[in-house]
Amino acid sequence: MENDTETRVAFEHPEFKVRVVDALKNDRVRKNFRSAMDGLMRRRLDMFDDAEALENLRTQSMAIRANSLSRLPEMLEKLEAKCIENGIQVHWAETTEQANDIVLKIAQQHDAKSIVKGKSMVSEEMGMNHYLEEQGIECLESDLGEFILQLAEEPPSHIVAPAIHKDRYQVAKLFKEKFPDIPYSDDIDDLTKNARTILRDKFYSAPIGLSGVNFAVAETGTICLVENEGNGRMSTTVPPVHIAVTGIEKVVEMLEDVPPLLSILTRSATGQPITTYFNMITSPRKDGEKDGPKEVHLVLLDNGRSKIYGDPELIATLRCIRCGACMNHCPVYVRVGGHAYGTVYPGPIGTVLEPQKEKGLQAHGELTQASSLCGACGEVCPVRIPLPKLINRLRYEGNRKDESSVTGAGSRRKTSEAMIWKGWAKAHSSPGMYRFGTNAASKMRGLIPNKLGAWTRVRSAPKLAEKSLHQLAKEEGIDHE
Amino acid sequence: MEKQSPESIYFFGTCLIDLMYPQAGMSAMQLIQREGVRVIFPQDQTCCGQPAWNSGYRDEARQVAEKQLALFDLDIPIVVPSGSCAGMMKHHYPELFEGTVLEEKANAVAGRVWELTEFLVDVLNIQLDDLGEPVDVAIHTSCSARREMGVADKIEQLVGQLENVTVLAQEYKAECCGFGGTFAVKQPEISAAMVEDKTAAIRDTGAQVLVSQDAGCLMNISGAFEYQGDGPESQHIANFLWERSHGK
Ligand code: SF4
Repeated sequence: MENDTETRVAFEHPEFKVRVVDALKNDRVRKNFRSAMDGLMRRRLDMFDDAEALENLRTQSMAIRANSLSRLPEMLEKLEAKCIENGIQVHWAETTEQANDIVLKIAQQHDAKSIVKGKSMVSEEMGMNHYLEEQGIECLESDLGEFILQLAEEPPSHIVAPAIHKDRYQVAKLFKEKFPDIPYSDDIDDLTKNARTILRDKFYSAPIGLSGVNFAVAETGTICLVENEGNGRMSTTVPPVHIAVTGIEKVVEMLEDVPPLLSILTRSATGQPITTYFNMITSPRKDGEKDGPKEVHLVLLDNGRSKIYGDPELIATLRCIRCGACMNHCPVYVRVGGHAYGTVYPGPIGTVLEPQKEKGLQAHGELTQASSLCGACGEVCPVRIPLPKLINRLRYEGNRKDESSVTGAGSRRKTSEAMIWKGWAKAHSSPGMYRFGTNAASKMRGLIPNKLGAWTRVRSAPKLAEKSLHQLAKEEGIDHE
Repeated sequence: MEKQSPESIYFFGTCLIDLMYPQAGMSAMQLIQREGVRVIFPQDQTCCGQPAWNSGYRDEARQVAEKQLALFDLDIPIVVPSGSCAGMMKHHYPELFEGTVLEEKANAVAGRVWELTEFLVDVLNIQLDDLGEPVDVAIHTSCSARREMGVADKIEQLVGQLENVTVLAQEYKAECCGFGGTFAVKQPEISAAMVEDKTAAIRDTGAQVLVSQDAGCLMNISGAFEYQGDGPESQHIANFLWERSHGK
């Protein structure tokens, strides 16, 4: 699209490398990410001035999530029973196709031609907008960031701040182009106000509102929704039908579990002590009540999650509360941005989650290579997901020779690479061979080319020392036993 | 954490130091010897196995790591002049050998591993006299020393003991330099973007010398400085400390 070539990364390109290179050379995108991530990191830090309290809260939050996941089937049954008791209709979807179909059927029952949406990453996972639009149902994004992206025809580049790759001048330009009647302004308050005016009308006419879910409480059958703009409240209260879509992992056991999670979520995500809106939805409109939807549906999507649940190590993936802190702190994400990942969830959590979804390591296993394993993500994750450890595990799953329960295990194994590691292991497990090799290498170091593929594109070739440490230690008479 | 100085220690030099920075290995051993501790350098050591481990080749990593486990029979500390290799041996050996006959041995070895700067400060309580000329330095702490080993403060403490050395503040100090072992080769474009930013941040400090506790980061950063034709001299922390406190 000509309106925004400056920040358009080749997100549709099938090759990861092409997307990465395209993103890296886009200075404006890089600048936008750097400054936005710096801001988010700073704001998070300001929220946690007591390091010990933070670590305690992380431990508590991890325990809450781990507890509900350890009994996931039981929690989900309880949630379903409670919701039904409260008058919420519960639907199960194993695949994204099934989830889309469920939403479509509900829309058809109500003769709905449009749906107004609050922010939902699961609906992105489903590719719902596209699916419904093909069936003649229009989806209107009401979250400001998502609204911008819908205008620009781009996917989200961040799970909390979906349009973060754009700066306000680009948004202003986009608004001018799409709404020529509204006077140009690149002031953030004006832009928000304009978007609100455009959106407000849609709320009153939409027959269905759709939202995501932050926590689903099994004990009470409550859907919790965290947001800042009030569009979540509008989408879930104004239209006569509300559909909430969620991954099955979002369930928590008790109402008591919510406050610590909410507190660490908002502080980790946007550096806010609490968001402007926090919605708790426990039933449709009851007799005698004046507002609220007449019908509430909860769609629970699996999409590979129960398989993740079955692995004692990988299950930690499901603890995620989608705060985005791991991507804000990731040195890879901050440089390539969300679109380069080419997946719904970018950054470290995307790197771990995407290859474990339905399509497995074949589809997105390459992402596991896009990490220096620096550990910055694991250090900030509010529910202590050991992200680097899981990335390492998935690299192993991708390369392993034998079968495993992980979808696509072994699918990334390359014979040539496996041969290299075999040779490496042989050389390094025989001390004599190793010493012979290193001596020879040192002696012939003059012959080492000063161009070494990718390494020397930005660096000089490494230089071998004249004598190895083994030799020096021997010559200096250091004891060897 | 403070312990009495042991009589002797094992020194595990790491394959990168062996081939590229052997002087750093020698300096580290000399620093420890100067404190009256006997240093044993098992000649049969090769590599901790980390390159294969991080690349997802666990069988190959195990094959190599197994040989290292056999080198440390005495119940004495194992000192490693690298945060990432120490991290491998301390934190990943137990994982790598879990459920195998070597599990117990791996746990025992892991429990005796010390990263060099941590060992110098917490165990030897080393006191350094600075014999060098005044110099401005920048410190790069490797991600594994910082996060996996949690010893980022040790290198600062050691350099802080040197009277004539000024440590300069650096932007994005805690950010990864982009090395990441095979990451630099598998994702060269991203790695390049990272090391370019890192070298710029270090150059901006105006430091004359860059020190680090990890040879991998040094190789990455100094390689980029050299290619750019502009940047401070780079030294492994062991080398730097030995030269300053011993005279060249
Ligand atoms: S993995 Fe952790 S840090 Fe990343 S989005 Fe999920 S909860 Fe947040």
